[in-house]
Amino acid sequence: MAEEIILLDFWPSMFGMKVRIALAEKGLKYERKEEDLLNKSPLLLEMNPIHKKVPVLIHNGKPICESQIIVQYIDEVWKDKSPLLPSDPYERAKARFWADYIDKKLHLLGGKLWRTKGEEQEASKKEYLECLKLLEEELGDKPYFGGENFGFVDLTLMPYFSWLHVFEIATNFSVEVERPKLITWSKRCMERDSVSTSLPDHQKLYDFFLQLKKWHGIE
Amino acid sequence: MAQEVKLFGMWASLYSRRIEIALKMKGVQFEFIEEDLQNKSPLLLKHNSIHKKVPVLLHNGMPIAESLIILEYIDETWLDNPILPRDPYDRAMARFWARFIDEKLIWISWDAFSSKEEDQGKAIEEACKQLKALENELKEKEFFGGDTLGYLDIAAIMVASWFGVMQEVMKVELLTEENFPILCQWVGKFVDCPIVKECLPRKEKMVEFTRVLLKDFLASK
Repeated sequence: MAEEIILLDFWPSMFGMKVRIALAEKGLKYERKEEDLLNKSPLLLEMNPIHKKVPVLIHNGKPICESQIIVQYIDEVWKDKSPLLPSDPYERAKARFWADYIDKKLHLLGGKLWRTKGEEQEASKKEYLECLKLLEEELGDKPYFGGENFGFVDLTLMPYFSWLHVFEIATNFSVEVERPKLITWSKRCMERDSVSTSLPDHQKLYDFFLQLKKWHGIE
Repeated sequence: MAQEVKLFGMWASLYSRRIEIALKMKGVQFEFIEEDLQNKSPLLLKHNSIHKKVPVLLHNGMPIAESLIILEYIDETWLDNPILPRDPYDRAMARFWARFIDEKLIWISWDAFSSKEEDQGKAIEEACKQLKALENELKEKEFFGGDTLGYLDIAAIMVASWFGVMQEVMKVELLTEENFPILCQWVGKFVDCPIVKECLPRKEKMVEFTRVLLKDFLASK
């Protein structure tokens, strides 16, 4: 049966980027529908009535929501190519743990980074770097979080690096200086087509960020 | 190889109870280590240095944290009596609703329980909307997992226990038979399951514990 895969997405969304990378890793053809989050489509509201958020994967008419769940679904359905999660249950648990940590902690802290000023912002920067330190320790000397192979944690963290570049310019702090191992890792990931074609252009993202700040009334 | 399974938990933590239920469903022998959450043990802090919370499963010395992640680990390690569905779409749905409970339902319901009088009506309405969405997931089934308990039933222990306790402590009605006949029917079946009966603490004990936990909040009301 011909597969029909639709991704309801928003180009700057870190969660959307994750799913794009997963689909690309599996070599899947899909239709991407760009959502206007200020004017959500009837399709989005129908497919994700609980959260009304992107990304949503629609596979042969059936919706799957929440990026971590979508990526695991993709991995389980198209299991014969480029496994995203390890096969060992303990390694899988660790991968899920770190992906969850990234999505919860970094997402929250990233928001604080650009929404705050002065002392509060300095405190957020410090916390952000601490989280990256933990991640750097978890990476260790491995080429990827998944070991020899690019995987679940790598594709979860890479979108944050896209945004991190924006934050670095905006808030004047350098991850390169503080967390060089992670920078090396991110450059390695960017060499993969699945990643480089899924992440937005930095300038475009920075322009969007300036617009976002304006909308929120932040200098 | 001899399996060594330890569970760091706390008697009133429904997240810990989730893990106990799953281990018992799988027939896994384990040692339960009761933690004093006001005075966490060095072992707990070592095995869950990131979040410092219970539950933590220690399997042959390897720690796994976060209850929903532990449930999946248990299902993938001990293959008898599967708790997650086999079909990838059904698995995705089970995961979605479990997360919904932990990340949305509980918080919105807490708002409903704890709101000031003037905001409470709206908060209750919102919480009921979310409960209804979960109830609709049951459809014609005995349990969320079908004919037997599954991952989502275990996750939904929060609905089966926490709501009843909070309703009594906060004197706010939310999950009523009148408004949620199907969900309440599920609660009855769930708490009647022999394994759940073994694991669920007595409601009176939970109510007493919660009253103490929330005493400052309740005093300020």
